[in-house]
Amino acid sequence: MPSVMLKKNAEGKLVFYVPKKDLEEVAESVEFDSPDKWGGEVLLSDGSKYYFEPMDEQPDFPVTLRAKRLDSGE
Amino acid sequence: MAALTKEETEALIQEVLEVYPEQARKDRAKHLAVNDQSLEKSNKCITSNRKSQPGVMTIRGCAYAGSKGVVWGPIKDMIHISHGPVGCGQYSRAGRRNYYVGTTGINTFGTMNFTSDFQEKDIVFGGDKKLAKIMNEIEELFPLNKGISIQSECPIGLIGDDIEAVAKKANKEIGKPVVPVRCEGFRGVSQSLGHHIANDAIRDWVLENRDGDESFATTPYDVAVIGDYNIGGDAWASRTLLEEMGLRVVAQWSGDGTIAEMEKTPKVKLNLIHCYRSMNYIARHMEEKYKIPWIEYNFFGPTKIAESLRKIAALFDETIQAGAEKVIAKYQSEYDAVIAKYKPRLQGKRVMLYVGGLRPRHVIGAYEDLGMEVVGTGYEFGHNDDYDRTIKEMGNATLIYDDVTGYEFEEFVKRVQPDLIGSGIKEKYIFQKMGIPFRQMHSWDYSGPYHGYDGFAIFARDMDMTLNNPCWKQVKVPWKTAESSDVAVAASA
Repeated sequence: MPSVMLKKNAEGKLVFYVPKKDLEEVAESVEFDSPDKWGGEVLLSDGSKYYFEPMDEQPDFPVTLRAKRLDSGE
Repeated sequence: MAALTKEETEALIQEVLEVYPEQARKDRAKHLAVNDQSLEKSNKCITSNRKSQPGVMTIRGCAYAGSKGVVWGPIKDMIHISHGPVGCGQYSRAGRRNYYVGTTGINTFGTMNFTSDFQEKDIVFGGDKKLAKIMNEIEELFPLNKGISIQSECPIGLIGDDIEAVAKKANKEIGKPVVPVRCEGFRGVSQSLGHHIANDAIRDWVLENRDGDESFATTPYDVAVIGDYNIGGDAWASRTLLEEMGLRVVAQWSGDGTIAEMEKTPKVKLNLIHCYRSMNYIARHMEEKYKIPWIEYNFFGPTKIAESLRKIAALFDETIQAGAEKVIAKYQSEYDAVIAKYKPRLQGKRVMLYVGGLRPRHVIGAYEDLGMEVVGTGYEFGHNDDYDRTIKEMGNATLIYDDVTGYEFEEFVKRVQPDLIGSGIKEKYIFQKMGIPFRQMHSWDYSGPYHGYDGFAIFARDMDMTLNNPCWKQVKVPWKTAESSDVAVAASA
């Protein structure tokens, strides 16, 4: 359950940062990404997958959230 | 000497690794790589931020060095107590050349050494009482200090002193910020964790001090310079450029910085990060908490300066963008003259670097501006994200080495035969004795500044002065040079 710092980059894409692992990666896709629902599975550009508990509204980026690691992508 | 091909570089790494026992060889192999610009991610080719192998000569420092020496030390109007035995503070005192304005011992304390000088009895009975007493003495002797930080040395963590409690009590008594920093040297694998701990201490004990206080008049052009330690005056050379383009620099972290500036930083509009490695933590925190965006910039060499100025200006309105162009145009004749003078003398020379956490990639542009080529680079304490940013800056088939050992560095140099090495004091005399020109790239070899356009002129002069110094011709023993054999033949005739 790593703590993940999420922010939007200049192109509006989600940037994923895990301080403990120096992992800085752009998210390819977010399962639920609409104004009234956000979260679910997030696929990173290196192939790894993380899961965020879906929430009822878009979080106010940048924000630190807990994520569950699903697949290392190796 | 011609550049090595990819295969030759790989063979060189294998050759160097051969002397290690099997376990060590396996570990060290992960830290040495041949650069491949097509890679997006460094973790495919190099491992970093791992514990050094026992028995090898590493050049790394400790967490205390990262906190006291790098992040906290340059804050000039605070007193930083090296809490523990006397050596750590004394032997690192004033070595980093963080310049500042002020009267030392009256209102600034940068080059002084304050220590609790632990003795056996403090280790046995604890040093908290002593620490409290020291802080009262400091208040009496140096009433103009603006705060105290307690920089823990190894024994503090080992004996379990409660410096936080002492700090809180002292804070109430003297009414100034008292910051306990848990940067005991044994924490982490290098000084890098010390930076992180120091950043966290700033976050917890300093940054919130002026939350809710709106008395500070802000402008839309307020920025903070973060991660510039004013070595030889670097931050000043950077600050003039930013101010000339129309920005207002509210805070300098932490070269020539004050605690008041740090407390005001949450009010700025943009954080400018020079040393990403040591200060990105606090920038990320401010982005999340205060919604202050941050960007990395690079003020080494005219190409990178112009690039950075435009990148910074793009985040502001047209007046600043016009200001950036004006600054670049204003200095153009100056830096063109520098390049015209030194490029013919330095063209084609090959450089190997091995520095800390920012310069291994930041200074590449400055060397390239002078027509030089960086053929090897490496970080003492860089992390993966640093190497991600390095791959694109370096040429293909160049060497990249993480936490290089003394042995490996020497062997690489013997084979690659660079014309110049840029590293630290511990490497300097080895390579000078091998007859290779050397510049210290931590302290600018007692020169500087190297940032900004003013700094570039000094940088170019220093590199020329070192590289083209006639002394290097004298290093070889006379009976081994070709000329001397001619002379000997002539003399015997």
